[in-house]
Amino acid sequence: MDVMNPILKNRLCKLPAGTVIVGKWHKQAYKIVKPLGNGANGAVYLAESKKGLVAIKVSDSSTTITSEVNVLKRFSKVQGAALGPSLLDMDDWHDQKINRTIPFYAMEYIKGEDFFSFLRKRGKEWLVILVLQLLSALEQLHEEGWVFGDLKPENVLVAGNPPTIRLLDVGGTTLQGRAVKEFTEFYDRGYWGLGSRKADPAYDLFAVAMIMIHACYPTKFERKENGRKQLFTMIQADATLRKYQHVLMKAIDGKYVRAMDMKRELVAAIHHDVPLARAKQPPSRKQHRKKKRSGVIETAFIVVTLLCMYALYLYGQIL
Amino acid sequence: MRKGTLRQILLITDGCSNHGEDPVAMAALAKEQGITVNVIGVLDQDVMDENSLREVEGIAMAGGGISQVVYAKQLSQTVQMVTRKAMTQTLQGVVNRELKQILGSNISMEELPPEKRGEVMEIVDELGETVELEVLILIDTSGSMKTKLPTVKEALFDLSLSLNARMGDNLFSVFVFPGKQEDVEKILDWTPKLEALSSVFPKLTSGGLTPTGPALRQAVSHFQKKRSLRSLIGRDESYFEESSM
Ligand SMILES: Nc1ncnc2c1ncn2[C@@H]1O[C@H](COP(=O)(O)OP(=O)(O)OP(=O)(O)O)[C@@H](O)[C@H]1O
Ligand SMILES: [Mg+2]
Repeated sequence: MDVMNPILKNRLCKLPAGTVIVGKWHKQAYKIVKPLGNGANGAVYLAESKKGLVAIKVSDSSTTITSEVNVLKRFSKVQGAALGPSLLDMDDWHDQKINRTIPFYAMEYIKGEDFFSFLRKRGKEWLVILVLQLLSALEQLHEEGWVFGDLKPENVLVAGNPPTIRLLDVGGTTLQGRAVKEFTEFYDRGYWGLGSRKADPAYDLFAVAMIMIHACYPTKFERKENGRKQLFTMIQADATLRKYQHVLMKAIDGKYVRAMDMKRELVAAIHHDVPLARAKQPPSRKQHRKKKRSGVIETAFIVVTLLCMYALYLYGQIL
Repeated sequence: MRKGTLRQILLITDGCSNHGEDPVAMAALAKEQGITVNVIGVLDQDVMDENSLREVEGIAMAGGGISQVVYAKQLSQTVQMVTRKAMTQTLQGVVNRELKQILGSNISMEELPPEKRGEVMEIVDELGETVELEVLILIDTSGSMKTKLPTVKEALFDLSLSLNARMGDNLFSVFVFPGKQEDVEKILDWTPKLEALSSVFPKLTSGGLTPTGPALRQAVSHFQKKRSLRSLIGRDESYFEESSM
């Protein structure tokens, strides 16, 4: 769904491989390799350039390109954090085929997998780990005075080894206190009747809760009369979600002021049922000692294994 | 830059007008008075017939606004998006005009070097956040729209949610056409609270004629009345008298 000119949209979404985009101002050339995706505001392509592989976003709207570039520029100033892809270039391309000037920007290509396909492949135990990473990234972004806005699994890539999340698509990124620029209904607390669209950290945290819920209910569902109750029931009915219900409901109710608080409580919830299970049957002294000893053996075993692996690694390096 | 008021008409319809003046002409009239006209065409299932589509696009074009044709299901997202985009577009026009004054030449943001666009965009963003906004919503309630009205209402609540998140003030007014007796009927006068609509909306009756043109004309004069009241109390501060879009 969009408000783009249909002919232009058709062209922008179907740039054939091999098309060379040359910037009018900076004269950099980019050769299209393949499409990476498209959405409401344009299309993104993988392209070759002098600097290697890059991602190019083209749009019919200079406004979209300029706002997103503004945000990416700000992000690049944040020390040591990878909030979004890094910005490489912004320019205009004169597309002779349709005789139009098309604004675009080039950014770092993030070779990764989208959030949900990663989970499907690698297993659900990664969900909470990725969410913890996501919360750290959001904390940083919020500290800088922003709200991500259009937070959804499609905009979260998992890249590299160890798998690390990267945020994409800063089209919704908004200064705190302003109206959220762009959002997707399913992840929007306004749609669920659970809050305003004024950008505050809790806005993003609501979306994080929705990502977790959607991860456990892969079929998209719609809002019913009482959104809060509906979500609560769904959380209760799912084993994974139930474990975090306290945290999820707090995020849904907008009770977290900071991403860090949500992260801390999520970590606590992960470890929660472990000590509880143990506490149930206090072990006798004898058993206790046995356990302790086996614990020592276990540790020794792990240390030895690690040493072996390290030796192998060194050996490999020398070769 | 002075702070001003943005004026928009949002027309929600599902078909062709068949009564009264040409709606495209009325949209052009609105534009001449600094009012942008945006149109949302609501689809039933398949596609909109050629004539209706042409009318929807024609009205938005003449009214300096944006048009979009969608299924009823997507109405909420579309209404808020179209309104926002149209605001940005108008504000950009305003900023471009100011740029021309400052730079003395025929330069718009798109023609500036990429490095310089950022700052202009920030001004547009800032204005979009703080400007006063007046939206007159014009709803087609002729026969075929009847089943879609609950969705329309939902979309309007959603719109107020988006607009009320801005720092600037909003005023809304709602007209439906055809009215019970006349071509068009006012069901909500200027108010910051679009939610007030809930009490009046269900009472709508749907009739046979579709007087889109007359409805647009009356919408324009509703702005006009408001403006003359304002100038009486010395508060007329629109800077969008002529639209360059
Ligand atoms: N830097 C990048 N590296 C790798 N893939 C990318 C990159 N940027 C975007 N993509 C891919 O392209 C898709 C579309 O990009 P993006 O979300 O920016 O477009 P959009 O038009 O704003 O879409 P929407 O607003 O609907 O999400 C992303 O979901 C992602 O899969
Ligand atoms: Mg986007």
